[in-house]
Amino acid sequence: MEAIAQGVVHVFLALALPPLLLGVIARTKAFVAGRVGPPLLQPYYDLIRLFHKGSVISETTTWVFRLGPLVGMTTAVLASLLIPLGGPTAPVSFAGDLILLVYLLGLGRFFTALAALDTGSPFQGMGAAREVAFACLAEPAFFLGLVVLAKLTGSLALAGMLGASLGAHWATDSASLVLILLSWFIVLLVENSRIPFDDPNTHLELTMIHEVMVLDHSGPALGMIQYSAAIKLFVSSALVARVAFSAGLGSGWTAWSVLVIGILVIAVLIGVVESVMARLRLSHVPTLLVAACLLSAFGVILLAR
Amino acid sequence: MNAHGTTEARTGQAIPRASISVLPFVDFRRLVINEAAAGQAILALFGHLGAGPDLVDLHVVLADRDRSRLRIARTTLEADRFESLTPDCARVHLFEREIAEQYGLRPEGHPWLKPVRFHGSYRSGHDAWGRDPRVPIVAGVADFFRVEGDEIHEVAVGPVHAGVIEPGHFRFQCHGEHVFHLEISLGYQHRGIERLLVGGPDKRTSHLMEAVSGDASVGHSMAYCEVVEGLTGCQPPIRALVLRGVALELERLANHTGDLGALAADVGFLPTASYCGRIRGEFLNLTALLCGGRFGRGLVRPGGVRLDLEPSGLDEFRGRLEKAIREVTTAVDLLWSSTSVQARFEGTGVVPFEVAGELGLVGPAARACGLDCDARRDFPSGIFRFAQSPVSSWHTGDVFARAYIRRLEIERSGEFILDQLQSLPDGPITVPAGLLRPDHLAVSLVEGWRGEICHVALTDSTGQFSRYKIVDPSFHNWMGLAMALRDEPISDFPLCNKSFNLSYCGHDL
Repeated sequence: MEAIAQGVVHVFLALALPPLLLGVIARTKAFVAGRVGPPLLQPYYDLIRLFHKGSVISETTTWVFRLGPLVGMTTAVLASLLIPLGGPTAPVSFAGDLILLVYLLGLGRFFTALAALDTGSPFQGMGAAREVAFACLAEPAFFLGLVVLAKLTGSLALAGMLGASLGAHWATDSASLVLILLSWFIVLLVENSRIPFDDPNTHLELTMIHEVMVLDHSGPALGMIQYSAAIKLFVSSALVARVAFSAGLGSGWTAWSVLVIGILVIAVLIGVVESVMARLRLSHVPTLLVAACLLSAFGVILLAR
Repeated sequence: MNAHGTTEARTGQAIPRASISVLPFVDFRRLVINEAAAGQAILALFGHLGAGPDLVDLHVVLADRDRSRLRIARTTLEADRFESLTPDCARVHLFEREIAEQYGLRPEGHPWLKPVRFHGSYRSGHDAWGRDPRVPIVAGVADFFRVEGDEIHEVAVGPVHAGVIEPGHFRFQCHGEHVFHLEISLGYQHRGIERLLVGGPDKRTSHLMEAVSGDASVGHSMAYCEVVEGLTGCQPPIRALVLRGVALELERLANHTGDLGALAADVGFLPTASYCGRIRGEFLNLTALLCGGRFGRGLVRPGGVRLDLEPSGLDEFRGRLEKAIREVTTAVDLLWSSTSVQARFEGTGVVPFEVAGELGLVGPAARACGLDCDARRDFPSGIFRFAQSPVSSWHTGDVFARAYIRRLEIERSGEFILDQLQSLPDGPITVPAGLLRPDHLAVSLVEGWRGEICHVALTDSTGQFSRYKIVDPSFHNWMGLAMALRDEPISDFPLCNKSFNLSYCGHDL
């Protein structure tokens, strides 16, 4: 009974909470800049507004363009079912599900890029090229981090790798864990198009990475894209939070509240980073991503000694 | 006439048109090329309908910065073509395109002869491109420079932009992220201001001047007033000159503050972006305290200024200004103490010193390349004859330098205004301006916040404008932006563009 309740809570949180993270980030940034900022629930209002609008679809596009947002949202929702939140396991869990998680997100990206290329616009082509290039560099950093967790916990399922046994390792292998936390935070920023990699608020199409790929989408399609981006941010934050707070996670419903608070703390942290840093020059982005890979790699090396 | 074959004048001095030295075209061409090579600035090069039916006069206004003298020469063209100066003197390329478009004169040998503003010729029956006058001219429809090859792609931006900005078309030739060439095509804001001014001055003239470039209303109206005051021989009272200077420097403060905030926003650095946006408003409100309008409209008029700063408001004005300057200093210091911002600014969009000189850049963009030019010092007029700020310049030519110049100028403009308010002279604020002298020419030069604003007025035998030439600093500087993007990543364009922040309507007139 408890397991079913936790499953229901999992699905509810994974679907309902993501836009709140965007609201928290926006409020944090506004606070640091000395502004009042938009309401916390503004992202929800935006989504509702978008889903009530009509769409304009360019005549040069094909079915690929319309499929992009659908695949993006489906993969994001599926990914959110794979990671454990507050419960001991996720609604869907099996040995090797980490591979599925990474490539579900990869599939979503592939279709977003394809939909962007489908418009034939040079901006969108540029954005797609940037997104895919940076994803190539972010992937090893993420995987090497997973290697560390697998080695520590001896499990190949996300539920095990991020499970209760991880907390004990903070006492013995904290160096590795800190390194992969740093690396994953960088990956989180690049995967979710945050500063210093991308500026989700800019209107300058030539500098965008992710946003430029979705310029042609409007109405419900744009709503789906924004919603799936929020879910992706939620999934990445949950992963980082599970590692960061594994020692104090506790069990039962305490674990749920710790995790939700942890995710909100990460959202605040993202807001702070965005407030105090400028964007990197695009040509310096790979350097930082390679640094993230190295951090994860050192995490692995420390365990292999 | 002097040894060089030109007529000398001061800014704001009316000289009889008959006294302007007339050269055969060959000598005229050699004069411009030689003087430009010797480092003289070309303030204006423009056509004017000549004495006969098919005659067009070309006037050139050169600036000898070291001696604070203008040098003017004229030539008369009979044919609809002339030998282009551009191959020997790159900085006249846009002036020649303008002459071709306005007067239907074809500069033979011009390497890139395209319309500038996409309007019909001023002389019916004469068109430099032989276009059918019945076919309407559409802005932006022209050949663009193309780079051919595998994996070369073209990116077209505008004329409608994602932000709320003026329309302009930018065509990039790229290889991946790398920009080989940027071509800028403007003209969408062309309103025909120069033609509206012919037959003036009348009631509309001052308002038109304030609308040449809305963010430089004070600069353009000051340039206009100095031309008219020269042509009428009236001398505005000293209090008016001080108030004009204060308004001009407030305009500079507001725009430089806004620009630094916008630069911060472009690199995603929020604190400075938010603060500067607000503080810019403070400077605009101070302008409103001075003249009732946030953009300085309705203040500067021939003969003086229309509105006075009340003695009772002086303390409030000074208090608010000091506070705004303190705040802007704090906000801008944040930009300099953030290493991520500095790393983004440094080395981005470099215009080398030699290129800046060759293109004849002006204003902060030129000073950021190490060129030592500032019309407030080189050609002082109005209050700047009695009070001057040091010229700010830096040598790196990148976005950092263009931001740094603005930072320095904010400090200096603030000091200048406070200085002037310390000793605000009493007396009237305006004297009546009389009638314009017939058949005269006058040139004025004002250092607006973007750079030198040059106005040239020619009167006819009845004392009305027969030609009024406006050269906004943007006219010189757009090519500088195109050069800044050479071999840069395309993602740096918005930042470079913002660091120049040029006027579209000032260029399009």
